[in-house]
Amino acid sequence: MTSILKTENVHLYYGEKEALHGFDIEFEQNEITALIGPSGCGKSTFLRCLNRMNDLRNNTTVTGSFKIGDRDIYAPTTDMTELRKEIGMVFQQPNPFPFSVYDNVAYGLRIAGVKDKKVLDEVVEKSLKQAAVWDEVKDDLNKNALSFSGGQQQRICIARVLAVKPKIILMDEPTSALDPISSAKIEDTLLELKKDFTIIIVTHNMQQASRIADKTAFMLNGDLIEYNKTSKMFLNPDKQQTSDYLNGEFG
Amino acid sequence: MSQTFNDKLKVLQKTYMKMGINVSDQIYQSIKAFTENDQKLATEIVNRDSKVNDEEVDLEKEALNLIALRQPVASNFRSIITLLKASSDLERIGDHASSIARETLRINTESRIPEVNEAINQMALKIRGMLESSLDAYVHSDQEAAKLVAQEDILIDKKFVLAKNLIVSEMEKNNDKIELATIYLMVVRYLERIGDHIVNLSEWIVYNATGKIVELNPGKIEPELIAKELKNNPK
Repeated sequence: MTSILKTENVHLYYGEKEALHGFDIEFEQNEITALIGPSGCGKSTFLRCLNRMNDLRNNTTVTGSFKIGDRDIYAPTTDMTELRKEIGMVFQQPNPFPFSVYDNVAYGLRIAGVKDKKVLDEVVEKSLKQAAVWDEVKDDLNKNALSFSGGQQQRICIARVLAVKPKIILMDEPTSALDPISSAKIEDTLLELKKDFTIIIVTHNMQQASRIADKTAFMLNGDLIEYNKTSKMFLNPDKQQTSDYLNGEFG
Repeated sequence: MSQTFNDKLKVLQKTYMKMGINVSDQIYQSIKAFTENDQKLATEIVNRDSKVNDEEVDLEKEALNLIALRQPVASNFRSIITLLKASSDLERIGDHASSIARETLRINTESRIPEVNEAINQMALKIRGMLESSLDAYVHSDQEAAKLVAQEDILIDKKFVLAKNLIVSEMEKNNDKIELATIYLMVVRYLERIGDHIVNLSEWIVYNATGKIVELNPGKIEPELIAKELKNNPK
């Protein structure tokens, strides 16, 4: 196993208030890592640190080391567009742009200056296939992406991220707005995708974490309580707090 | 909702303890019936065995419901699995006790083998001590105590071999006692098997505490151990 993303001594402050209290997590390549914990524990906040989405918030300070390979994500020389191509993100609510499926998936490449129709066609098809939604949309590529079901929209959004060939995909509760069948399809998709990508997923669904994640990190009040192989976490976690949380016995 | 999971778990744990105490009593009664050739008591024990089985089935049903409806994980999951597995070992122990009562009903002679009766009493006393220590270890989630209980099984194995030798020599001496001796052989065999099931109980206590499936049966870990024990300590 090779480490792809390494964070150390992560602190985050909203003004005076410290929201992440200093922890280390290392992510392995071609694995799915789940971040779990109660609402407000800092898991989404931490996820957003990984591709500097918190930079967009006023009054937010992030300290600590974030490295993808040898490169410092927070170096002043980091090109934000390049970074977010490399570390893509999928959100809780499917958020396709209000135009065609094709234009959605081709969006990133067009921004990057790709104009060759043949290249775009290929990438759109490949990405939609990787996101396991090709068969459902291939005859309607010019239809508005918003006219598809929630589950299909989410997979179109995943395809849009895949089109720019990221190394890492961050997902913030990508199935919480979806029905169980659509969720299961996304989960299957993720298990396929991890062969080519590294996935870090925030989820409130414990069973989802246990089904798909190789490793699971349990966070609480801005601290990392436990980070272990998922099978270990769900059978014999090191911490009682982890067991209590997983069994819904919190507070 | 989560409160009720713990409440239900506690109820099941109480049922398990009750089963354990009943099974210990069942061993006591069946050995008493056998050594005293009390046919009436033996019949009662055989009729009562279905009670332990019913308790086990109820416990199983409840535990399976909890797994299906609550999806317990981590320590809650291990607690439920431990209850399921350990209660089925208890049920088997109860079966063996009732088999001893059935053997008693096969006795159709007044004659006995007194020194084997004594050996059987000793074995049963030791076994009930182990079972009660095991229940104690379960209540306190004390895996070290559970491991000690398991180690004692080697003494049961040894008592079994010694009793078997006594029975065989009795068969050689008294041809008219051969049929009776086979009954004695079955009884000591059942007691020896009960010892193995008590070892299993210890293994589940360790699983409950650590999540690890371990082999604690001293005779299985080291097959030469009984021979060694008999050589070093032949009495």
